[in-house]
Amino acid sequence: MREIALGQYYPTGSVIHRLDPRVKLVGTLVYLVSLFLVKNPLGYLFAGLFLMTVIRISRIPLKYMLKGLKGIIILLMITVVFNMFFTPGNVLFQVGFIKITDAGLKVAILMAVRLVLLIVGASLMTLATTPNALTDGMEKLMNPLKAIKVPVHEIAMMMSIALRFIPILMEETDKIMKAQTARGADLESGNIIQRAKAMVPILVPLFVSAFRRANDLATAMESRCYSGGEGRTKMKPLIYGKIDRIAYLILVLYLAAGIAIGRLPIHFWIF
Amino acid sequence: MSLEVRNLNYVYGLGTPMEKKALTDISFSIPKGQFLGIIGHTGSGKSTLIQHLNGLIRATSGEIIYDGRNIYEKDYPMKELRQKVGLVFQYPEYQLFEETVMKDVCFGPLNQGLSKEECEKRAAEALLMTGISEKYWKKSPFELSGGQKRRVAIAGVLAMQPDYLILDEPTAGLDPRGRDDILGQIRELHEKSGLGVVLVSHSMDDIAEYVERVIVIDSGKLRQDGTPREVFRHYKELEEYGLSAPQITYIMHSLRDKGIMVDTEITRVDEACEEILRVLGRKE
Repeated sequence: MREIALGQYYPTGSVIHRLDPRVKLVGTLVYLVSLFLVKNPLGYLFAGLFLMTVIRISRIPLKYMLKGLKGIIILLMITVVFNMFFTPGNVLFQVGFIKITDAGLKVAILMAVRLVLLIVGASLMTLATTPNALTDGMEKLMNPLKAIKVPVHEIAMMMSIALRFIPILMEETDKIMKAQTARGADLESGNIIQRAKAMVPILVPLFVSAFRRANDLATAMESRCYSGGEGRTKMKPLIYGKIDRIAYLILVLYLAAGIAIGRLPIHFWIF
Repeated sequence: MSLEVRNLNYVYGLGTPMEKKALTDISFSIPKGQFLGIIGHTGSGKSTLIQHLNGLIRATSGEIIYDGRNIYEKDYPMKELRQKVGLVFQYPEYQLFEETVMKDVCFGPLNQGLSKEECEKRAAEALLMTGISEKYWKKSPFELSGGQKRRVAIAGVLAMQPDYLILDEPTAGLDPRGRDDILGQIRELHEKSGLGVVLVSHSMDDIAEYVERVIVIDSGKLRQDGTPREVFRHYKELEEYGLSAPQITYIMHSLRDKGIMVDTEITRVDEACEEILRVLGRKE
């Protein structure tokens, strides 16, 4: 339950942490795009090195970052297996009906590397940015959409409330599970139907409590005169500083270099 | 029969950057039929400690002996332990889920594998013990008042007929009447059926009023263990742990400072009443 790394802020006070959330959002986006523009292994190596450098600067322990990968390990394996065995091409080796082709191996390896870099890159952003800063940044970035009547502020507010409630509801689930276990509930054994049934004593109290909390929160917001984004000011408005401008510059250079290296016509074994 | 804790240690998040020692070398034993109080500041480790007693949390090291058997033994019947050592969490009303009060209280006994009739019989007994009369039994638990919900939840644990009942702040957020009702009923149960009770509380007055023995937990360590009189005698020390003595003890101290020679170790209002009358009587 507590293993989920999503939205968990890991404070170290590094430069990365202090960057404007907009930089980090745009940066993550640029990084993800760069991964899809790269064609050769050298490009992935470059993207990997860049990511490692940023993680180093952020001072978040690598061990902690890799924990986030645990959740996608099954997805990763399925992707690798499917690509490896079912991509047509020149057969490299064959055992019975299982064939591994050069194209299959290539796609599988590149896919795996790309997925790992994607997930680590994205989790770096959530680890180095508080949920509040993240939604602030999003709100500001999406601001132009207001012109076409997108309720930008409301979307951002809903996101920050949702993020804020993940740990609360997790704690609540933990508590309810313990309370029902204390009453002899068996959550671990039985077939799938019995297990689904065993969830009822957990889910009902959890939903009741989520509704109660939502109601309390709405009352609390209204009694502090919250009325949506119209005319609302910020206590800490987002303003770009010098390090933010430098970060943007580095990003542009990274993107250019990454594409240049990643598209060089180099051939190495099967790649 | 007794419930014994031996050299218990518990560390949160072992091997992560958030590693924190929650309980350090705690040992004590609760004889059957004792009414024990546990006091400690918020975050002192009380709640963590009591969750060890029925095996919900596994200690990092140490032993818990129930009825002569170590509960960390391989193949120990945990389900049976949880039936024998009933645990009522803080705000237990938030764990209610069934359509009717009766069904909810039956949840525990049903998990024990008893027949429906037996479950309903036990549930009815437990509900009456906690003062929920028959007219509520077919109602939805969500229609009841806060105090009633809490009693239903306590009945849900009592219906399993435990030997020990552990209550984590059973009176938090209740009005004085609700508090006295619940604690009074628990005392009655303790006296009538020899139920062992562990009461975790923030209220020194409740502790002084109801328990036979108090243990004091601070920063995950067991600091004191004795009768309320003995423990509250060291009230200066308790204040260091963010606790205090019952209000009446302070009044007795003030009286003595003013030259009225009362016993300053008094912890209950009725005792104080007698003592003051005694002292006044002697003066006259």
